[in-house]
Amino acid sequence: MNVRDIPGFLDVREEHGETTVVVERERVRDAARHLRDELGFNFLADVVATDYLNWGTKGVSGYIGTASGRDLNLPMTQGLQAQPRPKPWRFSVSYHLLALREGAPRLRLQTLLEDGDPVPSVVSVWPTADWHEREQFDLMGIRFDGHPNLVRILLEDDWEGHPLRKDYPIGGEPVRFSDAE
Amino acid sequence: MSLAERTKIYESSRIPQRVPTVLDVPPELLSSDDILQVNFGPNHPSTHGVLRLIVDLDGEQVVGLSAVIGYLHTGFEKNMEQKTWWKAITYPERIDYVGYQNNELVFVLAIEKLLALEIPEKATWMRMLLCELNRIHSHLVFLGTSALELGAISMFWYTFREREMVLDLSELVAGQRMHTRYFQAGGLAEDIPRGFYSECRKFVEWMPQALDDYLGLLDRNKIWLERTKGVGLLSADDAIALGQSGPVLRASGVDWDLRRDDPYLSYDKVHFHVPVYHGGDVYDRYRVRMDEMAESVRIIEQCLDKLERMDGKPWIADDRKVVLPPREELHTSMESLIHHFKIVTEGYRVPEGEVYVAIESPRGESGCYVVSDGGPKPWRVHFRAPSFVALEATATCMRDTLVADMIAVVGSLDAVMGDSDR
Repeated sequence: MNVRDIPGFLDVREEHGETTVVVERERVRDAARHLRDELGFNFLADVVATDYLNWGTKGVSGYIGTASGRDLNLPMTQGLQAQPRPKPWRFSVSYHLLALREGAPRLRLQTLLEDGDPVPSVVSVWPTADWHEREQFDLMGIRFDGHPNLVRILLEDDWEGHPLRKDYPIGGEPVRFSDAE
Repeated sequence: MSLAERTKIYESSRIPQRVPTVLDVPPELLSSDDILQVNFGPNHPSTHGVLRLIVDLDGEQVVGLSAVIGYLHTGFEKNMEQKTWWKAITYPERIDYVGYQNNELVFVLAIEKLLALEIPEKATWMRMLLCELNRIHSHLVFLGTSALELGAISMFWYTFREREMVLDLSELVAGQRMHTRYFQAGGLAEDIPRGFYSECRKFVEWMPQALDDYLGLLDRNKIWLERTKGVGLLSADDAIALGQSGPVLRASGVDWDLRRDDPYLSYDKVHFHVPVYHGGDVYDRYRVRMDEMAESVRIIEQCLDKLERMDGKPWIADDRKVVLPPREELHTSMESLIHHFKIVTEGYRVPEGEVYVAIESPRGESGCYVVSDGGPKPWRVHFRAPSFVALEATATCMRDTLVADMIAVVGSLDAVMGDSDR
């Protein structure tokens, strides 16, 4: 399998026995079509976005905030033993692909982006991406260009913000009768 | 059987064109003024929890449909980011609360993959045994509730009788009927209690008889057959395009099971058969699950044969940085006390990296994507929920059906709303 022929190819990593192919954001759909038609990845298992805001900064991983911004967990928050490799981009969007054939080859197609960058939707390649992309839009605020129905799926339509972002703290939701706090 | 030589369920794709998960009312019907829009759910006894279906009806014919989910969204993924790895294991089983053991397994496997932990053989076989028990539990709930919804009330009592046996076994092992939290990164939380094997043997001997009873109750039941056969069609190509997995995929004629095709635990060391049916309808989905229960019983038997010869073997890895020290050592060893304290308060650190682990849960491919920054808490946890994906197929399955069949179709997709909404 030659992953270097994938349109928009940037990088390939082998970690923990998994292959990650990083492609240019603008060419995700071309890469997806190539992977499906040429390399046989006919099954899209998952679409998932990750927020790397303040990656590698002390205390972020354990951040529990309140509406007033106090960190409830501060005494227990430990720094990192080793600095993780830097993540220069704010978000990553990963597509977990599977080929339904002998050996069950899997591949992670990944693209990196900043806040507000649109990612081409892959609904036209794998229809199952419909809800997966809506979920990532809803919870992480990733815009998918060309998605036929990009509306919130798990939260109410008038919800403000995207809860899985790292700048959306637990306790950030105003709670009634909590003025004394 | 390859895709080419399969009998066709229907010609060409039935996935809706504009949005793959929304069935739009045909424009020529829209102007006829006869279309009635009906809202089913979110609180409807036969939508398996809080699923809402907005259905456009032309008489009794379903001509438009869209599924609305999210009523059970509780922010599990966000919550897990705030907990140490050790504490976060409690969450996944509450996501898919019917297939709890399998969901717990997938998260634990993800942690172990990042830690590169070696798991003792005994723990591996016990995990398989419990996951297969859980598969039976999940399919029993499916069978009981689906039959109940179509009017076969007695099925419900019978399946829940055997479900109770599975829960009793859970209680015996872990002290909890559901949501056991028995899997620990590194192995099992406790040794397998004495008396478990004999109790489990009793269940294994009982279950085939019970399965025969179910078949006798349902498989010659004319109402059941007429309401399930040829209803809710889904072809193999459509099922793959819509990301369907597990029994739904296998009922559409795709011979795919991660336990056999991408083995985890020790599934490559047991003998079992993967049931595949080619009708792609509600009836075949029910048959796949029935056959899977029989296969699960076979796997449990093989696990028991193995486990009974492993008395006294370790049930958890010997890595003091991750695994709690034995309870009795806490009174005598300072070292153990420190390790215990560190793991419980601060949690163990998991090396930096990202992994995706997938297993065959009762509902299909259950995946867990985990990102670690090297700290004691997960940076990002995401679950590939098979129920979420199964509900994407509602629009395709419901094309050209009657409104009464909707209940049968939703039941056959076997979605757990906790799983789909997370």
